[in-house]
Amino acid sequence: MTMETDVNSSSAGTDTAGVAGPVNERSALQRLLTVTVGPIVAAFLLSAIILAMVGVNPLTYYGYILERSLFSGLGLEQTATRMAPLLFLCASLIIAFRAGIWNLGTDGQFLLGAVVSAATAPLLVGVLPGWAVLAVGFALAAFVGAVWSIIPALLKAYQGVNEIITTLMMSFLGVLMASTLVKLVFRDPNTTVPQTRTLPVEDRLPRLFETSISSGLVWGLVAVLLVHLMMTRTSFGLRLRTVGANPAAASHAGLSVPLLTLATFGLSAGFAGLSGASEILGVAGNVRANWNPAYGLMVIPLVFLARFHGVGAIVLVFFYSALLIGSESAARRLGVPQDFTLVLVASLLICLGLGEYIDHHKRKKER
Amino acid sequence: MANATDTLANLSPETGTGVIGVHGVTKRFPGVIAVNNVSLNFYPGEVHVLLGENGAGKSTLVGILAGLQEPDEGHLSLNGREARLASPSASLEAGISTVFQHSMLVPTLTVLENLTLGAPWYERPPRAEIAARMDELQRDFALSLPLDAITGELSLGQQQQIEIARALLRNSKVVILDEATSMLTPQGAEELGARMQKLVKSGLAVIFITHKLAEAYRFGNRISVLKQGALAGELGPEELKAMSEEQAVDQIVRLMFGRAAGATSSAHRKSSAGEQTVLKVQALSTQGDADVMGLADISLALRAGEILGVAGIDGNGQKQLAEALAGQRSLIAGRVELDGEDITGASVAQRRRKGLRYLTDDRLAEGSVAAFPISENAVLKDIGQSPFWVNGIERPQRIAQHARDLIANFSVRTPGETTPIGRLSGGNIQKLLLGRELFGEARVVVFNKPTYGLDLQNIEASRKRIAEIAERGLGVLLISTDLDELLALSDRIAVMEGGRVRGTVENDGSGEALRLRIGRMMAGEDENKRAAA
Repeated sequence: MTMETDVNSSSAGTDTAGVAGPVNERSALQRLLTVTVGPIVAAFLLSAIILAMVGVNPLTYYGYILERSLFSGLGLEQTATRMAPLLFLCASLIIAFRAGIWNLGTDGQFLLGAVVSAATAPLLVGVLPGWAVLAVGFALAAFVGAVWSIIPALLKAYQGVNEIITTLMMSFLGVLMASTLVKLVFRDPNTTVPQTRTLPVEDRLPRLFETSISSGLVWGLVAVLLVHLMMTRTSFGLRLRTVGANPAAASHAGLSVPLLTLATFGLSAGFAGLSGASEILGVAGNVRANWNPAYGLMVIPLVFLARFHGVGAIVLVFFYSALLIGSESAARRLGVPQDFTLVLVASLLICLGLGEYIDHHKRKKER
Repeated sequence: MANATDTLANLSPETGTGVIGVHGVTKRFPGVIAVNNVSLNFYPGEVHVLLGENGAGKSTLVGILAGLQEPDEGHLSLNGREARLASPSASLEAGISTVFQHSMLVPTLTVLENLTLGAPWYERPPRAEIAARMDELQRDFALSLPLDAITGELSLGQQQQIEIARALLRNSKVVILDEATSMLTPQGAEELGARMQKLVKSGLAVIFITHKLAEAYRFGNRISVLKQGALAGELGPEELKAMSEEQAVDQIVRLMFGRAAGATSSAHRKSSAGEQTVLKVQALSTQGDADVMGLADISLALRAGEILGVAGIDGNGQKQLAEALAGQRSLIAGRVELDGEDITGASVAQRRRKGLRYLTDDRLAEGSVAAFPISENAVLKDIGQSPFWVNGIERPQRIAQHARDLIANFSVRTPGETTPIGRLSGGNIQKLLLGRELFGEARVVVFNKPTYGLDLQNIEASRKRIAEIAERGLGVLLISTDLDELLALSDRIAVMEGGRVRGTVENDGSGEALRLRIGRMMAGEDENKRAAA
């Protein structure tokens, strides 16, 4: 039944391919409008209406966001620093999603990575040279993150258990485990609040030049770009993508689907652990027991929007960080609740989803 | 049970139209004529067997009667009047109930709830009434069903009884049983056969779809044989009664596997078989389970330049054999040798590198990754190998050039090598996959249904290529459900049935006799027993 339609669509493809160059380009532009620019504009308009309804001038609000996050030196530095953990998480998710694994447990992996690096690094200061302290912190974080994915990985690889559920479950456990570890095992005896020992500022990741930007940003960028190249330009990446796109074809082609699935989990969760370490060893210096920024879930829509493309993800992470930094300050200055950031983000996601929906229907019609 | 017919002579009007009629019905799907100008009448008081291989058009015909599909040409009639069954509910209202091959029950609901599904939402299930009716059914048709049991916990046979009970509660006049015995134990099948006779004695018409010859004779009052969408012949109640099982099976085999009138007779190719054995399979067995038939004790030998055909009705272990040879399915016993080298323990990739290639029948779901461009699909089985990858890093130019070469050499019609392979037609995907399998040092190629689903032109081209491959000195194992194809290409033909090789015959060009001999083996009739008889 599908055969004939395939013939038609492919022959139609051959017929139009020669002449339809400009037509295709225009539709690509249209698609960009429906899928990206349009929804973003719509989301800001929607939020503007809500702001106006609570009696705040939306232009002032947006103005403060821009001013704070992009046009002030300190704000821009904060935006750039905030990007680092988000970029590592992008790397984690690009591997997983391109390999067809829905690792939704990055929050647990992130926090456990953070706790382990916060627990070890301060103890190693003075024992090891500075760079080695950081290296050990990162390595342990990656290892612990990966270990936390072993159960979902084995269940997925050998039993076919849906990893969306198992990774989410392990994430809840991981978050609780992290806070338990801080309270019971790694607690700094010299403080009243339950938190780990603090890594002295001078032992953290070096700052970039004369600014306050953590060099974690650079490592994050490198991670995303490397992962992108690995997934698109290497044989290992193609193997992972084949498993993700069609496991039956992968085993037909002689690939070991279970082993590649395990590798995907390990790498993805490892990068999530690195993300936690980059936040601790670069910025925070310690983990408080109740700390959970939930960056992992935040990054998922960005990675989707970037269509698992590294460069796209970097751009989106930049804007997203700016939004986070800017709206915090704008809310404070205008007396809007802090949570309004979430309203803005939510309307952005809804509009992006709608854009996808419209685009999907348009493409269906074109066929 | 064929003797059941005597008592029914008064019930089945031999002339005129039955309770449902199918008149000159044709149903086309893109590229395929699923049902071709079929006319049939179904009479009350008869078990009417529709017999045919997979793809013969049985399911489409059932779909038309169940209101799932409408005919492109021709029409249906109900009680002699022209009628349209535009939806499943129209079909139900017309008194036609269909029991599909796969259960249409909700496994988590109780039997009672399943029986009352489809009743208006505001009515309470009339439990007392149904219980009373079920008692009746139990008396008349031996349908014993615990009303409060959870459906999913019952056996498949009992679940089928629920569906039959549901049909009877609806006061259906016609019950269609689609491949109803395929899920049952032999004993369960016997019970179903007895039950069908009870149903028709109460005046219903039963349409029983099967591809098993023996069942058709034992359970049926009338047999219609479908072949490639057309009605190949019919055996009426009188005729059937007059025949012994032996004769009936012979007649049916002739109808099912005999050369259709007007089919093109493709000349038998000249053998290019050499002396050297390239592939040797000894006592190969695989594990079976509820869904997949296991293989038992399969031994084959394939010489260089030879085409060994593997015949059989679809689903008798051919795919498992291909997978076991390619290394995709693990063996529980046996040994596989390629060029004298034991490759029983070799992986899929190792076997490919040694020259054992497997062209799957599932071009889209297994053979290719639909969303990937042609270029990546062309090297899917060589990921990481030079010259396309050097130290694990992709060489995009070489991959693209390789894909362009394949496209040119195998005349794949495509806008370019960057087109996602899922956009191509089946024939073009097939050509590209063939190119992929022949790349490098191929020694043996296993083809699984290489022309299935292709149009005539691509079928011809594919067969020519297969012959050429053998002429180049490669061993070819050709699995096909198309007997004409096997007779035209093969040097020898092994016939598979029930996961075993029933026999291997030389393709000596003896035509009709050979064809019927193979057909009989395909149907599971014992070769030796037949010879003795």
